[in-house]
Amino acid sequence: MSTHDLTVPVAPPAAPWRQRLGTMVPILVLAPSLAVSFIYVFVFTLWTLYLSLSNSSLMPTYGFVGLDNYASLWANRRWNIAYTNLFLFSGFYIVGSMAIGLLLAILIDQRVRGEAVWRTIFLYPLAVSFIVTGTVWSWLYNPVDGIQAFVRGLGWTDFSFALTANRNTAIYAVIITGIWQSSGFAMALFLAGLRSVDPDLIKAAQIDGASVSRTYRKVILPTIAPIFLAVAVIQIQFAIKTFDLVAALTRGGPGVSTTFPAIYVYDLMFQRGQIGEGAAAAMMMLAALAVVLVPYSLWIVWRRRAEGRNG
Amino acid sequence: MSALMIRDLHKSYGGLEILAGINLEARTGEFIALVGPSGCGKSTLLAMIAGLETVTSGEIWIGDRLVNSVQPKDRDIAMVFQSYALYPTMTVRQNITFGMESRGVPKAEQAEAVKRVAALLQIEQLLKRKPGQLSGGQRQRVAMGRALVRDPKLFLFDEPLSNLDAKLRVDMRTEIKKLHHRVGKTTVYVTHDQVEAMTLASRIAVMNQGSVQQFDTPKRIYDRPTNMFVAGFMGSPAMNFIPARLTGSTSIAVRAADGSDATLALAAPLPASAPKDVVLGVRPEHIYRFTTDLKSRKPAVESMQAPVELVEPTGAETLAVLRLGDLEITGRFEPDDAPVMGETITLGIDMSRACLFDPTTRALL
Repeated sequence: MSTHDLTVPVAPPAAPWRQRLGTMVPILVLAPSLAVSFIYVFVFTLWTLYLSLSNSSLMPTYGFVGLDNYASLWANRRWNIAYTNLFLFSGFYIVGSMAIGLLLAILIDQRVRGEAVWRTIFLYPLAVSFIVTGTVWSWLYNPVDGIQAFVRGLGWTDFSFALTANRNTAIYAVIITGIWQSSGFAMALFLAGLRSVDPDLIKAAQIDGASVSRTYRKVILPTIAPIFLAVAVIQIQFAIKTFDLVAALTRGGPGVSTTFPAIYVYDLMFQRGQIGEGAAAAMMMLAALAVVLVPYSLWIVWRRRAEGRNG
Repeated sequence: MSALMIRDLHKSYGGLEILAGINLEARTGEFIALVGPSGCGKSTLLAMIAGLETVTSGEIWIGDRLVNSVQPKDRDIAMVFQSYALYPTMTVRQNITFGMESRGVPKAEQAEAVKRVAALLQIEQLLKRKPGQLSGGQRQRVAMGRALVRDPKLFLFDEPLSNLDAKLRVDMRTEIKKLHHRVGKTTVYVTHDQVEAMTLASRIAVMNQGSVQQFDTPKRIYDRPTNMFVAGFMGSPAMNFIPARLTGSTSIAVRAADGSDATLALAAPLPASAPKDVVLGVRPEHIYRFTTDLKSRKPAVESMQAPVELVEPTGAETLAVLRLGDLEITGRFEPDDAPVMGETITLGIDMSRACLFDPTTRALL
């Protein structure tokens, strides 16, 4: 009989209010920002998705038209250019700024004199807004009073540097400017990574007889691989959002050669009153981002599982 | 032939002198421990032997080669780091072969060397893992494997056990000793743990403030420390330092707890140059409970009265804090024969094992 007594469930003593408050506070503090992010990210994404399937024009309306907006979007040459530009720009911009950032970080990591000065100089472009960057570089690219005029003034009268004036090269002007703006940022992250590497690792490699380049290739850079991913992911979302840089630098021109999806979406939604098609374009931007981020997060999950198995 | 010779080695950063004239020499196959408190320059000295730090002045010879300006990779050394410094993105096998690959050793030879070392250290089953998946002791073993595979002239260890927990540290200490026995490589081992130094080394260099205080066998260092720093640093609990006055050429007076002087006869006469005031250094294990039987076994034992202030049993031994004048000394007793708190016992101090120091120069008399 006595064993039965032991199994009678006893209600746990009520938690004192102070303790309950303690567990509630983090939830209460986080709730508003969580709610806001949820609304802005998921609710508006779903709303945009719905709009992209509707016949909205100047104002959102809810007549369902299926994939008509997408079809008309992809039939438009300007959109095709914009979407191609997005991939062209993202590719060159990310690879370029990471390569230059890494190179700068490695050079600065060689214990150069006046390191803080170099660091500040290279990081400064990030402190300048895209609008200012775009405006200043548009002057530099301007054949009449930019670099071309300056070099010709020095005596090389045949010198030609007019990337933004030619519809085939204008996109590269945007890429170069983007790289200039953000390679300092990549450098800062890479430098932090390089500095976090255990100095004993480098000494061990030195004793093992590895050359400097081999030490970087085989020991240091693999160790900071997660930083490459972090930099790439941050740069990708910069690239896909690109709007103000192009708006200030080339205004999408010459012609439509440097149109970007973000500009196109803005144009459709707020200039031409084609909200439905604009929403479709916005969804295509989301798709572009997903192409990169979904495999990335799947890979993270896969790696974590793999580590769980081996560890 | 000596495997390592260091002559009048100096190191300074700007005006700050880190090493002030180091002289050391290791015979082939010897196990040298560099021991000292943190900041004594022992790790800097090791880094200079490895070639990771530049030499300000002096000479470092490895074998018959002056290596002052030789690159680390060409010094024919291998090093085990405190953090192990295993390459985190490589497997254990790649960690071990990295050095050989950098030197362009043929693949077949690499495989052979890995097999030999893995068998020696019993890490065959770990070869495919990454350092992150290893325990502390396993990492330690891999780090040693990476060093061993090189078959170097000189082995350098930089506090290799300080990241391990107490039990594992003792196990790995034994393992290092066995390993050294088997491979017989000249080894320089840096540690701040005097027990490690005592147990492992064939000779110990005790360092303080950038200079070697004493370089001798563990036994000589323990029994005849050249100065009060070495005497106090080596041994735990530390040696007791008791101020004393010379009352003749063969006796000293020590202040007892009640303020009176106790006269202790010295085991050997002091030189005439000895100062009037001296410091008597007695290790805790050379303090006994005085009996006539003890006196007949150890004729150099001298007796005096001391109250027991505190008793600390540790199981294997019992430490007792005893009052002498206005200072406290520690004695080490058999648990069965230990004094009790509050008791006043007659101490037997083994004067043949005691050391006398000059209080001004702090050197052994």
